[in-house]
Amino acid sequence: MKNLPFHAVLSRIAFSGLATIIGIVFALPLVWFIFSPFNARAELGLEIPDPWTLSNFFTVFGNGFAMQALWNSFIQAVGGVILVGSAATLAAYALSRSSIPGKGAVTYILLLFSSVVSGTAAMVPIFLIVSAAGLMDTHLAVILTFAGGLLPTAMFILRDFIDGIPKSYEESAMVAGASPVQAFFDVALPVIRPGIVVVVVWAFVNIWGSFLIPFILLRSSENMPASVAIYSFYSEAGTPVVTLLAAYSLIYSLPVIALYLFVSWKFGFRFFGGIKA
Amino acid sequence: MTTDVSASPPKSKGKNFALLSNRTGAAFFVPAGLLVSVFVIIPFFWVIFVSFTNRTLLGKTALSPEFVGLANYLTLFDPASFFQRGQFGFSLILTTQFVLCSALLGQALIGLILAWLIQTVPPAVKRMVETFVIGAWILPEVVIGFAWFAFLDYDNGTLNMILTNLGLPKGDFLLQQPFWVIVIFNTWRGAAFSMMLFNSAFASIPPSYFQAADVAGASSFQKFRDIGLPLIKGHIVTDLILITMWTFNVFTPFLLTNGGLSYKTELVSIYNYRVAFQDFQFGKGAAVGVIMMLINLAFALIYLSIGKKKTPKT
Repeated sequence: MKNLPFHAVLSRIAFSGLATIIGIVFALPLVWFIFSPFNARAELGLEIPDPWTLSNFFTVFGNGFAMQALWNSFIQAVGGVILVGSAATLAAYALSRSSIPGKGAVTYILLLFSSVVSGTAAMVPIFLIVSAAGLMDTHLAVILTFAGGLLPTAMFILRDFIDGIPKSYEESAMVAGASPVQAFFDVALPVIRPGIVVVVVWAFVNIWGSFLIPFILLRSSENMPASVAIYSFYSEAGTPVVTLLAAYSLIYSLPVIALYLFVSWKFGFRFFGGIKA
Repeated sequence: MTTDVSASPPKSKGKNFALLSNRTGAAFFVPAGLLVSVFVIIPFFWVIFVSFTNRTLLGKTALSPEFVGLANYLTLFDPASFFQRGQFGFSLILTTQFVLCSALLGQALIGLILAWLIQTVPPAVKRMVETFVIGAWILPEVVIGFAWFAFLDYDNGTLNMILTNLGLPKGDFLLQQPFWVIVIFNTWRGAAFSMMLFNSAFASIPPSYFQAADVAGASSFQKFRDIGLPLIKGHIVTDLILITMWTFNVFTPFLLTNGGLSYKTELVSIYNYRVAFQDFQFGKGAAVGVIMMLINLAFALIYLSIGKKKTPKT
């Protein structure tokens, strides 16, 4: 570091300057979102709160529709996560540890389909299937649709993870007399847990943040998740109540931010980074 | 990573016995298999079927749709109206421009530049840059849509405030330049993925390569061009295919411009939504879905064939 030639020091400064400028440009659209939740007179303009206040948050807590929507987001995300987590773990374990014929082909076909049948291309058939099943405007419709869509990727992540774990753990349990199912629940499951955590966090963030699927499948305001509620707040309400919206957006974003920090602290973000789809 | 999907290489037989019997394995697979079949595989075939009918959301044809053959496709590809505003061809071309500008030029290029820059900058700068770039990427899309709505507001928006302070004229960008707004918006939103992918690619290059170049007196641009770029070629291809697929399917600009006045920002995904859920023409919407899926299929096959040959470590 010390005896760098002059041009190297200069290029280092130029690099830092350029990186800082790009960083600031990226920050600009978010600055408003950081300040206005704490400003009692927040409008669409940028203004540093004076004084800082939490009154907007109390407005949100007093708004029944907004709170109901957060609760709906929670039900749908947690429901979806439980389904994805449990079904993906079982299936990934089967793909990794059994010798079902054609499992390589199954894996390949699933990945292909899941990247072809995206949410936007499949909105018509998904709507038709949900309505044929009589599930329109229910939490279950959203939960099942997300579970189906997220499962293929979740299975691949977990299968990779399980393939990396030596079989000798379960083998020794089975030599000691455990059944395969016991070996799975008592020996393999605890070892796989970090992989499951990553999949669960990834699925939660995906469901929690998504807009299109609930927007199509849900009709009544009692079932709307927060994403659809926020959109209806600023697209339909004539003049949006900015103070409410700003604070509400922040509350709604908190779980995602918290989970991101958790994953980057626990696993490093790189692994998580590649799999957002 | 999801790239390694080719069947795992055959291991030496005999030593490896399966831990699960085929029957238990199949039972473990059933819940996931059912869910994926109903919500991923059946939709794929159902959408093809519906695209050959005149099914609508409401009215008589909602209950008893008729088979209309290729009529929906012929309407979509009708040469007389194909390129007109609000027609399929228009949205297809708009989407192509959107992908070229915001994914290939925007996200990939800015991601690459950022990844290269943060290799050498002080940790504090690196952390600052990463926080905002990744923040743009992880925050939920509705929140981002609303934040940009405020950012671009004509009267008080942050952007116009900055322009005024710099002595530049204000602009009502959402109204005047909606296409460039969603291009910049999508670049901003998605650059994080490319940055992280290229960042880990650069980090996997042995430092001795760069040290040797330093000894030879190479400039950082020379190092970038002659060492960095060639060694991450595989990652660049992977990145381009993935961000192209994602950008092609993205629906988020709808939250910002609602498709736009006179369809100026009506990407294929938004066109599909309008045809099916605002005009209630399910048959036609299904035909759009089929074409989108065929395009997705082409990209997915390219991606999988590359992933088979070489698995990039991300």
